Amino acid sequence: MSIRRDYSVIADWIQPQSRVLDLGCGDGTLFRLLADTRDVTGYGIEIDDDKIPLCIANGVNVLQRDLEGGLRDFDDQSFDCVILSQTLQAMRHTELVLTEMLRIGREAIVTFPNFGYWHVRMQLLMGHMPVSDDLPYQWYDTPNVHLFTIADFDALCAEKGYRVLSRQVLAGDKPVNAFANIRGSLAMYRLTRD
Amino acid sequence: MSEYSQSHSVGIVAPQTARFSEPLKLRSGATLSDYDLVYETYGALNADRSNAILICHALNASHHVAGTYADDPDNTGWWDNMVGPGKPVDTDRFFVIGVNNLGSCFGSSGPLSVNLATGKAWGADFPIVTVEDWVDAQVRLADRLGITRLLAVMGGSLGGMQALCWSIRYPSRVAHALVIAAAPNLSAQNIAFNEVARQAILSDPQFSDGHFGEKGEKPRLGLRVARMIGHITYISDEQMAEKFGRQLRDGLNFSFAPEFQIESYLRYQGDKFAEYYDANTYLRVTKALDYFDPAAEHGGDLAKALSSARAKFLVVSFTTDWRFAPERSHEIVKALIDNRRDIAYAEIAAPNGHDAFLLEDPRYLATVRAYLNKAFSTLSPTPLTSRERGSVESVPLTSRERGSAESVPLTSGERGSAESVPLPSGENGSVGSPLPSSGGSVDSRIQPAASSAAAQPSPPSWGRAGREGANP
Repeated sequence: MSIRRDYSVIADWIQPQSRVLDLGCGDGTLFRLLADTRDVTGYGIEIDDDKIPLCIANGVNVLQRDLEGGLRDFDDQSFDCVILSQTLQAMRHTELVLTEMLRIGREAIVTFPNFGYWHVRMQLLMGHMPVSDDLPYQWYDTPNVHLFTIADFDALCAEKGYRVLSRQVLAGDKPVNAFANIRGSLAMYRLTRD
Repeated sequence: MSEYSQSHSVGIVAPQTARFSEPLKLRSGATLSDYDLVYETYGALNADRSNAILICHALNASHHVAGTYADDPDNTGWWDNMVGPGKPVDTDRFFVIGVNNLGSCFGSSGPLSVNLATGKAWGADFPIVTVEDWVDAQVRLADRLGITRLLAVMGGSLGGMQALCWSIRYPSRVAHALVIAAAPNLSAQNIAFNEVARQAILSDPQFSDGHFGEKGEKPRLGLRVARMIGHITYISDEQMAEKFGRQLRDGLNFSFAPEFQIESYLRYQGDKFAEYYDANTYLRVTKALDYFDPAAEHGGDLAKALSSARAKFLVVSFTTDWRFAPERSHEIVKALIDNRRDIAYAEIAAPNGHDAFLLEDPRYLATVRAYLNKAFSTLSPTPLTSRERGSVESVPLTSRERGSAESVPLTSGERGSAESVPLPSGENGSVGSPLPSSGGSVDSRIQPAASSAAAQPSPPSWGRAGREGANP
């Protein structure tokens, strides 16, 4: 099985033997990859009942908790890295989640679908809410409540004093360098607090 | 299809008795000079004795965890939906041990058994036992069975506390602890409920300071009220509303006879319990619950208490359990995270309150199954050589213990039990069922409407346990 491009970028950003907290860890695939390739330890957090046995089968220390409110049990700076992979757009309290991530972790990795992607813009121009690989939902059944662009996220980081340690933008599984906010469908950030 | 109906029972089982003559020092300072533990086993112990799972029972259940008895085919074990071939605790893979705790009334030494020093039943003189004492005794049973390290210790409610206790007290002897619907200690509210239950018993004139047995009496009224109180705490408000609401049996008749269905249900449960359970045991088991508090000797710091633990953990809670609410499990989870232990935590959105740990929620069963599958995958697949086996078998038994290893056959009255009518599988765990708390909990098999007939259950013998009440 080929490794998802965004997962391999995350793996590259993680120091070996880090202590990692993966928020919204799904079936534990990413955590398993990090455990196998980076020898990380830590926990995954997932709310979906059906994913819990899958995480367990993957050997991931999964905790069934709600991300919004369920992070209080984690002490300040108790993890090397806290990951939120393609979930920020589904959080009601975006700011709070980011604050919590950088309270708990020395670094945070955040990935999100870029609402500035040209394909998204085209669909909006045609008069419809966008549906794509990275935004696979119809407007009426989407779990996403906050859609935003790379430019928006950059502005938030500047305002909140989050320092961007690394950024990688992908279109499909290809890296994008120039005009990322138009050409990139998925944005990946590695952040720390100043 | 439920997991229950897809898989099979362990079939006919038989309890055994292990007699121990090495004194057991109890937490209270008292000593039990000799004692019996009644237990059942299912499945086969593998060559390197690494596949054993100990099941710890809760308040009023027993060693009869799964299967039925040849001479009592309706007496199904209290966790039969969890334990059996192809079930989450798969007896095709694991050697499963169900043990009856000290102080119980189902065969292990307790108030109903004979004090060898006096030749009479212990009754009120049986010492107060604690979770730690139970675990110490269970360790000796593991020794007796030649098991130096259990693959897992698991239990719900008070059984989960025993699993937690094992992980703290015998860290090298347990690889996995499954702590289900439990708490790191009882809250003031929990203790309060226990105290009301105890007062019901203690103030029953037939209790006679616990010496009712000598007079051939029994504090039925006290036990009945104690059980009613307990029962209220085992099910959720929502579920009680759904099952009973304000339904009446025959309209209002302006008397104190049972009019609401919930009243007749509680009376039925209370009456049944008063027949099969022992008051002195009830007092002791609720005390064991109250006293359990592993953090206490670490200044209330549960993380410190768990710092000795080396096991991996599965912690499970149920969202509508208000007796041991999810927040209590969060405390355990937090303490384990602080110690960087391996842990999986599932919070099951089941409607059944505390009783949910006995029922057949597919998410719950799938979680336990996945966890134990993973544990199984870590076992060495290659059989050991006889030389290796020889060394594993040399468990630290004293010669005295070895000498006293004997199996005493039980009378059917001593067996754990259930006097249960199995539910049709479709009703197990079904929320829409009219059966309060349904599923594995036999307590609830009687429909409220049937209560007038049910109010006079046939008197079972002492020594009945089973699914009857695995709660709390």
